[in-house]
Amino acid sequence: MASNNYYDPADLRKFGNITEWSKELGEKFFDYYGKVFEEGALSAREKSLIALAVAHTEMCPYCIDAYTKDGLQRGITKEEMMEAVHVGAAIKSGATLVHGVMMMNKVNKLEM
Amino acid sequence: MPKAKQKKQQSLHKRHSDLAMANKQLEKLSNGIFASGELPTFSEKIKETDQFPLRPNKLEILQINVGYMCNQVCEHCHVDAGPDRKEIMTRETMEQCLEVIRNTGAHTLDLTGGAPEMNPDFRWFVDEASKAGIKDFIVRSNLTIIRANKKYYDLPEFFKSHNVHVVSSMPHWTRGKTDKQRGEGVFDLSIKALQELNAVGYGMPDSDLRLDLVYNPSGAFLPGDQASMEKDFKKALLEDFGIHFHNLFAITNLPISRFLDYLIASENYEDYMYSLVEAYNPAAVKNVMCRNTISISWDGYLYDCDFNQMLELKVASKIQHISEYNEDILNNRKIIISQHCYGCTAGAGSSCQGAVAN
Repeated sequence: MASNNYYDPADLRKFGNITEWSKELGEKFFDYYGKVFEEGALSAREKSLIALAVAHTEMCPYCIDAYTKDGLQRGITKEEMMEAVHVGAAIKSGATLVHGVMMMNKVNKLEM
Repeated sequence: MPKAKQKKQQSLHKRHSDLAMANKQLEKLSNGIFASGELPTFSEKIKETDQFPLRPNKLEILQINVGYMCNQVCEHCHVDAGPDRKEIMTRETMEQCLEVIRNTGAHTLDLTGGAPEMNPDFRWFVDEASKAGIKDFIVRSNLTIIRANKKYYDLPEFFKSHNVHVVSSMPHWTRGKTDKQRGEGVFDLSIKALQELNAVGYGMPDSDLRLDLVYNPSGAFLPGDQASMEKDFKKALLEDFGIHFHNLFAITNLPISRFLDYLIASENYEDYMYSLVEAYNPAAVKNVMCRNTISISWDGYLYDCDFNQMLELKVASKIQHISEYNEDILNNRKIIISQHCYGCTAGAGSSCQGAVAN
């Protein structure tokens, strides 16, 4: 069913359906995805916070929805979540600003 | 000493809310997304794995609710307990319970409420019941009761002298999350009560005086992994307050009573039911608590679990009251289910003893 919005919260529940039109690739993706978030050298809790930060830098509403809930389920506090979002924001703004050096280089090259 | 103040001072019953009525709750749980077929009903779901009808295994736990009166009015309470609830077990019903306790094959006796300590015959009952020689004798204490009034200050010593296993609620190791769910000031009182339980030996490493905590999510989400949560709770409570405890039971909030009211009011009901159904784990059905528990209400009626008690769904057996108790006949019953049962089968499963599937 097409909705009138590009983003529909109910679509998040249908994410698994992507395997219907490409079973092998879909399943490989979900296997990989599941494996990535298992406890490893990083704890599942740390991974959840990384995912939340990236969800914001990617500005993905589905991911923000999913990893906010995931964080609450893990007992992650809202202060921890907000700090993670700031890490994402700092990298995003840093990435913009560091290009300022490019601008400076160009100005220095062109100006007498 | 801070005094516990509640956000909402009254139970749904006192407020004459529609959802105070069990039939209204059951109606909500059977209509909407379940009636339209958008989500499968619980019976349809357990049929998929040939687990319908659900039947009891060996009886292990007798859970007795000695009354719905409580000093707190927690937002998620499935009992709709509070200071305004007057349903209290009488000594006569307690006598009938004692007769059963002396003869049961169950190894665990579990007293709950409300705040069970507020029943005027609580100490007499614990005294008598502890003589029956049941292996594990649990009292579910909300902690703040220990600091609520002078007459309760000696509860830690009283529990100790009867070798009672104390199980207490603690939704988070931070003040904000705890007070939001359980009322302003509850966190500080709970911390003080835990320190007093520790002081008499409860919860200390290698101590036989068992002190376990119950974690309920403070909102419309499911509990995380019990072992990880326990690790985080232990670290935080020890570092911040020097508190020790033994185990953490992660319990899912079931969509009934005040939690159902909250889900509907916050427009989280459908999403929450989706989360429960998506997290359905057939392995949890095998060990779900209604299969090894009988729940007894303040007026002596018998139920498959404390949740069915609150939904007024008495056991489907010709034996429905403690006065006519017969374990063999009761064990032949079919367990009554509805959509709230998804709460006990999500993820690692949930029971009054925590997760049930590994």
